[in-house]
Amino acid sequence: MRALPVAARLYVGLIGLAAALVLTLGSYDGIDPVTLVLLVVLFIVAESITTVVDNGNTGISPSAAIALAAVVLTGPVGAAVVGFGSCLAVRRQTLVKRLFNGAQLGLTGFVTGWVFLMLGGKQGVPGPEDFPWIVIPFSGALLVHTFVNIALVAGLMWCLGVVRWQRPRRVRWRPLATLELSSVGYSVLGLCVAAIWGAVGAFAVPLVLLPLFIARWAFDQYISEQRAHDSTLATLCQAVETKDYYTRGHCMRVSKASAMIAQELGMHAERVQTIRYAGMLHDVGKLGVPTKVLQKSGKLTEEEYAAIQLHPMRGYEIVREIGFLDEALAGIMHHHERMDGRGYPMGLAGEEIPEFARIISVADAFDCMTSTRSYRKARSTEEAFAELRRCAGPQFDPVMVDALISAVSRDGWEAPDIVELPDGDMAEVSQQDHDDPSVPLRVAGEGE
Amino acid sequence: MGTRGARSARRQVRQRIDPVRSLLIATAALCAAGSLVWTFLTGFAEPRIALAFGILIALGELARIALPGQREVSPIASASALGYTFLLTVGADPVAQGAAQVIAVTAVGLALGELPHVAVGRIPRWGDLARRLLVIGLVALAFRPLASVLGSPEPHWWLALTAMASIVMLSWLADSVIAAVLRAERLRTRFPVAFRDEVRAQFPISVATGASGILIALASSVMGLAALLVFTAPLIVTQVAFRRFAEIRLTYLQTVRALSRVTEVGGYVETGHSRRVSRLAHAVGCELGMRESELLELEYAALMHDIGQLSLRDPIPSGATVLAPPREQRRIAELGSAVIRETGVLDNVAEIVRRQCEPSAGEGETGPPPLASRIIKVANAFDDLVGESTDRDRIEAVLQRLRMDTDREYDPDVVAAVARVLDRPRSRW
Repeated sequence: MRALPVAARLYVGLIGLAAALVLTLGSYDGIDPVTLVLLVVLFIVAESITTVVDNGNTGISPSAAIALAAVVLTGPVGAAVVGFGSCLAVRRQTLVKRLFNGAQLGLTGFVTGWVFLMLGGKQGVPGPEDFPWIVIPFSGALLVHTFVNIALVAGLMWCLGVVRWQRPRRVRWRPLATLELSSVGYSVLGLCVAAIWGAVGAFAVPLVLLPLFIARWAFDQYISEQRAHDSTLATLCQAVETKDYYTRGHCMRVSKASAMIAQELGMHAERVQTIRYAGMLHDVGKLGVPTKVLQKSGKLTEEEYAAIQLHPMRGYEIVREIGFLDEALAGIMHHHERMDGRGYPMGLAGEEIPEFARIISVADAFDCMTSTRSYRKARSTEEAFAELRRCAGPQFDPVMVDALISAVSRDGWEAPDIVELPDGDMAEVSQQDHDDPSVPLRVAGEGE
Repeated sequence: MGTRGARSARRQVRQRIDPVRSLLIATAALCAAGSLVWTFLTGFAEPRIALAFGILIALGELARIALPGQREVSPIASASALGYTFLLTVGADPVAQGAAQVIAVTAVGLALGELPHVAVGRIPRWGDLARRLLVIGLVALAFRPLASVLGSPEPHWWLALTAMASIVMLSWLADSVIAAVLRAERLRTRFPVAFRDEVRAQFPISVATGASGILIALASSVMGLAALLVFTAPLIVTQVAFRRFAEIRLTYLQTVRALSRVTEVGGYVETGHSRRVSRLAHAVGCELGMRESELLELEYAALMHDIGQLSLRDPIPSGATVLAPPREQRRIAELGSAVIRETGVLDNVAEIVRRQCEPSAGEGETGPPPLASRIIKVANAFDDLVGESTDRDRIEAVLQRLRMDTDREYDPDVVAAVARVLDRPRSRW
């Protein structure tokens, strides 16, 4: 804040001056002083709570409800006073920031109150006779409140040079829209607060906000439980892999690559999350394959090959009881099908193969090729791309291959570190990998 | 043979009928019928308002959700029923519905909301449904007589608010008592434990419903019936949040259950071992009066108690850890605990798994292992020795063997609890 640009200084000064003018020259007629003081206190408390609770964009803004209630109950000047009160909120801020914030909110309140009166709203506690028509001026006030607030803050940002005018396409609208929507939701409650203010006074605010705070709390619980679930899932999947030093972290990377493909294809966030799980779990059934088969160096017998072919089904059997997986189940079961129908376990071909399976199969092969195996060194991503392109068509879905290549070329790919084998005979390594398209499994008696 | 099978099946069904639960359902049904008859005889006050609230109650019931721990709730139905109970005026006109009419409207609303569920075969938990109606009935009986005093000639809002708030608090306690009775009976756990669990579990949702009910009643006097729609909106948000939480909780359990089976698929333990151990451990935990949160940890730990075997080079014969040398057992427990600790969120579970093979008095200065570890030790030994068998003699012999070891290895209380649990028919665990 030390080196404030001249433009920003001018801007802040202008806003501050305007707010000061409103506060000093405005008429305080018809404002109930007790109501005004209570509203200011509530607003300060709400702003302080928001600062304490907020850890990013939680979209919690109880103060919006109080600001709008102030507009209805105390009119433009009252709303300006309440908005200006936010200077006193408990938070770490420099004086300039504080003043700007207060002035900005005060000015917003004034303009909103003025629009509310212009549209036919009446200052004071609304009575039964005001409903339902009060909704019209209130909606107008709400829109103006949102836009003036955004405009004033955006103005400062522009003066500071933090944001430039971007083409609308580049701006990430989604989080912004969610934030504004929840803020509008809170603002709507302003009318409710005003409506029952006549009956219970300031107690209206906690009463109205209580259900929302509980909703917020439940959402937090949900988020933390979700995190706990994801980390448990990841840990258990990795535990399954600890048997083989070379494949450690394989499931995490397949999960990541699958998600990259899914995002590149423009899938909905929920499906991307599901494929993340599917990628994580795709090789869970490998545990059913005897270790000596996985680690065998020579050609596999028909029986051993059959045991390997069984692992997608095994995996499916393990995870099919997990309710949310649905589409992921098909992905896990069919991730070794080939486009030409020569894969396993069902020999599906082309479009018959579920979309998730086609994604996972590409991600799986890609990670396998870019990691080190006991029988070869890791390859560069370019070599892996070439190999994937070569197999696109008969083995892989070209759409998925292209998606992976463009996603990885853009965002990069973190190949696993070179594996240092520990000494001693504890290290268990496989001599071939069923995921490796460049070195297919050698099965005895198969077209040589 | 056929008749014997049928008879034993019938006996099982009969034994599954919980007396307290049945009594509760009968009381609720009686309440509903009585208030309906009474309302028909004495006449119906303000049918338009009753219709509006009845519809909202039905819609709310249609959108009922199940919270973790098999708790069925419908916040919107409960909140609108509370709102109808607390109603003093709509617009400027006073209302005069009696307690009987409130119960009748609520009962009809709940029944209508349940109809579509029943039609597609999603049978409600009758005990919880009865609980919802009974709580509203209690609130109505407590508040409606006051309503005429509080509401005329001008509503005394502060007095009314105080009365409403205290009645909401009391209804939360009453709700918890009824729910705890049902839970104690279903899980065969102790009432005080169940009560504490219920008080805790019902608190947030009760506060949200109570506040919304009061708001609906207060705001109706200014906004008219539009208040119903306006104040349902925040409650819908709340409900969505709770539903998501319940879903992820279920998913979490399913994931752990499913992945606990990798040890079976890998040939480390016998098929169904983890599942059986967790089932027995859960029943024993209830029997010994563990809290709900502890039960969840116990269940996770029981499901994952053998996860350490994944790090073994070769499976131990038939996977029965009870037959493995103590050093090996210790190592499996340590390895499994390390895996679980890796998640960063299940530290308690990791600790339970780590100490699962210690003797019941503990070793060294660390004191006895947690109760959950002692339960898993017994349940695991029992299942390793009995397996899927349901042969009474074999079970008795194994129990005898466990009892012989209670001076050192196994906790005598836990072994006794296992015996009590096994005495019950399997469906009652």
